[in-house]
Amino acid sequence: MDKLPRWADVVLVPLICLIIAFVICGVLIWGIGQDPADALKIMVQGSLGSTYAWGYTLYYATNFMFTGLAVSIAFQASLFNIGGEGQATLGGLGVALSCLLIPWPHWTLALIGSIAASALFGAAWALIPAWLQARRGSHIVITTMMFNFISFALMNYVLVNMLRPLGSMDPASARFPAAVNLPKLGDILGLVGIPFSSKNPANISLLIALAAAVGVWALMWHTRLGYELRAFGKSEKAAVYAGISPVRITLYALALSGGLSGMMAINAVQGEAHRLLLNSVEGAGFIGIAVALMGRNHPFGIVLASILFGFLYEGGSQLALGTSIPREVITVLQALVILFTGALPYMVQKPLEHLFALRRRTA
Amino acid sequence: MDLVSFLQILDSTIRLATPLLFACLAGLYSERSGIFDIGLEGKMLVAAFAAAAAAYATGSVWVGVLAGIGASMLFAAIHGLASITFRGNQLISGVAINFLASGLTVVLGTSWFHLGGQSPALTGGARFEDIVLPFATQITTNTPPLGLLDEVYSRVISGHSILVYVSFLTVPVTWWILYRTRFGLRLRAVGENPAAVDTAGVSVTGLRYAAVAITGLLCGLAGAYMSTGLSAGFLREMTAGRGYIALAALIFAKWRPWYALMACMLFGLLDAVAIRFQNINLGFVVVPVQFTQALPYILTVIILAGFVGKAIPPRAGGEPYVKER
Repeated sequence: MDKLPRWADVVLVPLICLIIAFVICGVLIWGIGQDPADALKIMVQGSLGSTYAWGYTLYYATNFMFTGLAVSIAFQASLFNIGGEGQATLGGLGVALSCLLIPWPHWTLALIGSIAASALFGAAWALIPAWLQARRGSHIVITTMMFNFISFALMNYVLVNMLRPLGSMDPASARFPAAVNLPKLGDILGLVGIPFSSKNPANISLLIALAAAVGVWALMWHTRLGYELRAFGKSEKAAVYAGISPVRITLYALALSGGLSGMMAINAVQGEAHRLLLNSVEGAGFIGIAVALMGRNHPFGIVLASILFGFLYEGGSQLALGTSIPREVITVLQALVILFTGALPYMVQKPLEHLFALRRRTA
Repeated sequence: MDLVSFLQILDSTIRLATPLLFACLAGLYSERSGIFDIGLEGKMLVAAFAAAAAAYATGSVWVGVLAGIGASMLFAAIHGLASITFRGNQLISGVAINFLASGLTVVLGTSWFHLGGQSPALTGGARFEDIVLPFATQITTNTPPLGLLDEVYSRVISGHSILVYVSFLTVPVTWWILYRTRFGLRLRAVGENPAAVDTAGVSVTGLRYAAVAITGLLCGLAGAYMSTGLSAGFLREMTAGRGYIALAALIFAKWRPWYALMACMLFGLLDAVAIRFQNINLGFVVVPVQFTQALPYILTVIILAGFVGKAIPPRAGGEPYVKER
């Protein structure tokens, strides 16, 4: 079998998948009687044209970094955590409880509290399916998927019956005290003299997400646990032979994954909404799957893919505002990216391998 | 609770269980052949949309059903291509198909009908009429009380659209195909040990494509029933997780047709109860409606974990088959 050069495998394959997805979406937009080139222009202008627009793009990107890293850690251990949505929902509950119940004197302390609470809640929610897989042999994909639905029902119950302020009709918690509001990205960049709009939801969580990416990189490639996770993912039999406990690895992988998914809530709940809403995750848990696949399970790739999806997500809203193209075009694009990078990689890889083999022979 | 409201709940149980039953049996064929399918939801959704759109455009519900089946089978073909021919990850392919359906139905629906993603209401021949079975009394608001048997027959068993009866008929047919035909034997074998089937000179690829096509057909019926029978038109995200409940029912039934019927009836009943009662006061404890809604998922988790019985999926499920050379 002729192997692809590494750069082609890492850069070319995802790029070709992305281009195919874009072309299909372009045809779709053309098919409903709109101009694809126009649509792309509106998307670029609306999500990258000003620091205000960049703020929204980066806000969404922050969510996707957390969920993308979460999916990738489980992927590395050959586990498919499809429950990011539910874990992030529970993370939101953790953030809300921490912000509402503890009278934090300053946002820095509240932030530490929220990180701990969201990671703890998210990890706990992922640990149940992990334990069920490791000890009882139930399939992790099905269980985490079921836990998504259970978490929505749970959140609905908690918001309607417990956290909803008296006299309020909509299922949402009370507003958090102003002391826990996180500083905006614009304000932080202003301190070092970079002009950046602060009228958008981008906040300090972006820096935490970037730190998490570095942390995941260090964990996966420079610690014993990371090595064990990857070894387990490559070959369970070999890992067991080397003395790696499958139960332990499954629990660790899902705890880390769920914790990262949960931390998404720092950005969405504490950073933006300032209260807990019924659907605070807005599909970011699922987009994390596309991000992890597109980013090739590497933190650096995931950060880039997150920004790409942040651009797409914000661009989609701009489309809905500026044209009669519905924003769900982005859902189609996301589906195609998942399909091509995740389920049909051979379709792109095989012809490329032939091409490279041909070039090598002629050279 | 009086008899009539009890029978009304049973009646809506049957209505709500029908799409679950179609989708559950759909999943049964695919998973028995060794192809995991978490894209039941997406196939149902796209079928519901195609059925409503075609029924609205032509005024004929049967054209709608055909369109629904066609759309669903197209999506099934994508899944087959990804998981059989290109040996990709079946779970990821299923996820992609769900998103594809969710995005595509809204994009096309909004631009075709300009109603924010829903289709115009279907009337007359564009949706299924309820059938009154022979000897049954047509139920109206002022029907006088009937005898018990007559009540059950007229209110619960009679008065559904044709697809409801088709779905119930699909159960024995599936049982017969699975356990009494050569195709069924091979289908079960290919999900457990594809290499053995291959050795016997039967095409693994062909069997699996056939199974995936049947899955597409049945998901198409499930979706078409939702938009042209259960309600009169397409609403965005109208399947609302039913594909996942069907998957849960399939696990609950341990991949067997008659048990699938029971599981779907149980989950349909839970749905009917949740819609009718909201919170249920049992006297000593109030069961919140959210719990009733989450119950199918909780039960599935418990079954999967083997706390009550043990659900063992087909052994070759999820693994692409590579022919030996």
